[in-house]
Amino acid sequence: MEAFLDALTLQAGYNAALVAIGAALLGFAAGTAGSFLFLRKRALVSDAVAHATLPGVGIAFLIMVALGGEGRSLIGLLLGSALSAWIGLLLVEWIAHRTRLAEDAAIGAVLSVFFGFGVVLLTVIQTLDRGRQAGLEDFLLGSTAGMLLQDAQIIAIGGALVVAAIWVLRRPMTLVSFDAGYAAAMGVDTRRVDLAMMGLVMAVTVIGLKLVGLILIVALLIIPAVTARFWTNRVERVLWAAGAIGGVSGYVGAALSASAPDLPTGPIIVLIAAALFALSLLLAPARGVLAASLAHRRFQRRVHRRQGLLALVRGEPIHDPLTLRILRAEGLIRADGVATDKGRAHAAKIARDERRWDIARRVHQDTSLTGRYDGLTPIEDVFTADQIADFDARLGPPQPVGF
Amino acid sequence: MGVEFVQFSLTPILIGVLAAVACALPGNFLILRRQALIGDAISHVVLPGIVVAFLITGTVAAIPMLLGAGAAALVAVVLIEAIRRLGGIEPGAAMGVVFTALFAGGVLLLEQSDTSGVHLDVEHALMGNLETLIWLRAEGWSSLIDPVALAGLPPELPRMGFVAGSIAVLTWVFWRPLKLSTFDEGFAQAIGLPVSAIGLGLVVTAAVAAVAAFDAVGSIIVIAMFICPPAAARLMTDSLSAQVWWSVFFAILSAIAGYVLAGYGPIWLGFSNSVSAAGMIATISGAILGLACLFGPRRARVGVSAGA
Repeated sequence: MEAFLDALTLQAGYNAALVAIGAALLGFAAGTAGSFLFLRKRALVSDAVAHATLPGVGIAFLIMVALGGEGRSLIGLLLGSALSAWIGLLLVEWIAHRTRLAEDAAIGAVLSVFFGFGVVLLTVIQTLDRGRQAGLEDFLLGSTAGMLLQDAQIIAIGGALVVAAIWVLRRPMTLVSFDAGYAAAMGVDTRRVDLAMMGLVMAVTVIGLKLVGLILIVALLIIPAVTARFWTNRVERVLWAAGAIGGVSGYVGAALSASAPDLPTGPIIVLIAAALFALSLLLAPARGVLAASLAHRRFQRRVHRRQGLLALVRGEPIHDPLTLRILRAEGLIRADGVATDKGRAHAAKIARDERRWDIARRVHQDTSLTGRYDGLTPIEDVFTADQIADFDARLGPPQPVGF
Repeated sequence: MGVEFVQFSLTPILIGVLAAVACALPGNFLILRRQALIGDAISHVVLPGIVVAFLITGTVAAIPMLLGAGAAALVAVVLIEAIRRLGGIEPGAAMGVVFTALFAGGVLLLEQSDTSGVHLDVEHALMGNLETLIWLRAEGWSSLIDPVALAGLPPELPRMGFVAGSIAVLTWVFWRPLKLSTFDEGFAQAIGLPVSAIGLGLVVTAAVAAVAAFDAVGSIIVIAMFICPPAAARLMTDSLSAQVWWSVFFAILSAIAGYVLAGYGPIWLGFSNSVSAAGMIATISGAILGLACLFGPRRARVGVSAGA
């Protein structure tokens, strides 16, 4: 616990602090860049981009070894991965636009073929003398153990650059991801904005390779955006909330992983983000499952209450157990099912409002008003007091019910 | 093509072919239904499934592994559907949330538990061990009719054969309902077909194929074979039955060519070690798809101009 608090307050060593800051920046960048993708309904393109980095890592390593280097330079490997991710991305676009195959098939094809080819390269590298210690497998799942100071600096600086780029590009990207047709009509070059968006996703992927690995970086691009969507309907707020969720997951995850030996950074970060998602799915106001089921229950109770009161008006027996329970709980009927005074009063009001609606439909041909009759909207919400008084004048005096 | 071939190459090639065909058959329908990435999702969640199965049973025997993987696939499908409905989230994003989270859980469990004594790791799940499925007891082609030698076949071969055969039979039996509900769901519903049951059945079949194939050949082939052969076949023809036959042909071609290139290609080039067969099979299937994208007779999208 103490180790965790140390890591959380950046007291667990310079490297661990840099990794935590880098993870937070990366999470923030991934959350915001991923929101654009999610709003464009292209979340899984990131999966293809991430898997397409692998052959680039292998080829960069082979080239650096062929040139006489060690082959482990992170910058070189990341450049290689960026190049092959970009090729993969262009292939997805090309297949989806130029052939009859849909985008999902293009994503799956690029993802599996690039990854398969990358694995072939990895097995080639393992047969080299230098390859055995290269640790390129770390790029599959990420690894902060034994990370060099220089690597942590690259992650921190790269994350900061991506966040800055998102800040600069936020307006055109918001516009395009919210309504591409409108953006095009406004004179925004949607294709270039889309490419910039993909460039950011690629940058996040490449920076995240060392930290969370290419299989799980997808999670950082998708989960925070989906989570943020539960809390708000406004585009900018989705962006920054997703960034915050990603940043918190990255920071806390990196700290947790630094505090114990057997906690791999990537999976921990992803699981924290997934936990935030699960909480939001259940508890978010308006869009959460709990709120939705409460709203459903309220609606159900109102319908049953009204049906029960209408039955009282007509003097019909009530059989539905839920209706009986609701009416008894409100003291509208007695235990034996006979209406109380209060019940009769409420029933009389409902009966009167029904007759008012009948008149209203005859008097007002305007369906924008009378169309709001759904049995649950009080008539006072639709018509003014003067109008209702007019209906009452045509109805005659109120009548008691339930006798 | 003598004893060595039968001992070291025949069974892996056969298993690769059967796995490729088992995945390509349901893949045809998944592609047409725009559910191509279900295979991707399923092959990711296989990892937590086998880890949990290992933690419960303590062994890496085939049956608990398969059951665990199957259960995980089912859990993933249910979770994706639940998140899609309850949260009102588009299917792609729901899938992305579920399979990455489950995969992360699997990796974490694996790191936390003591699996050093057994052969269970992420790379194995990804790349499979096709090269190790050899038939040592074979003494040449005559062993194919020798019951003693046949008893020494790697168990993956009959298992994969059974799964591939069952999937072929299922595809043949349910051909008409599958075809109708894939192309015109409304019509299929109108003539009384249980559309959602057919859709679920297809996904479960795909999951069975993925789980059985992953055991022998790893996740990479599974994803590649679900998508690449059917996608290439789709660019060759407009007829569904022809597409299925093309996809089977492409799957077999990828498996054989991929295995041979991985095993013998480096030797031809003067290197001593072979490369990953699973990766090579995926690469070949991608090359076939690439050629189909460039030259397939039915590659263009109908009603879209070349410049669009």
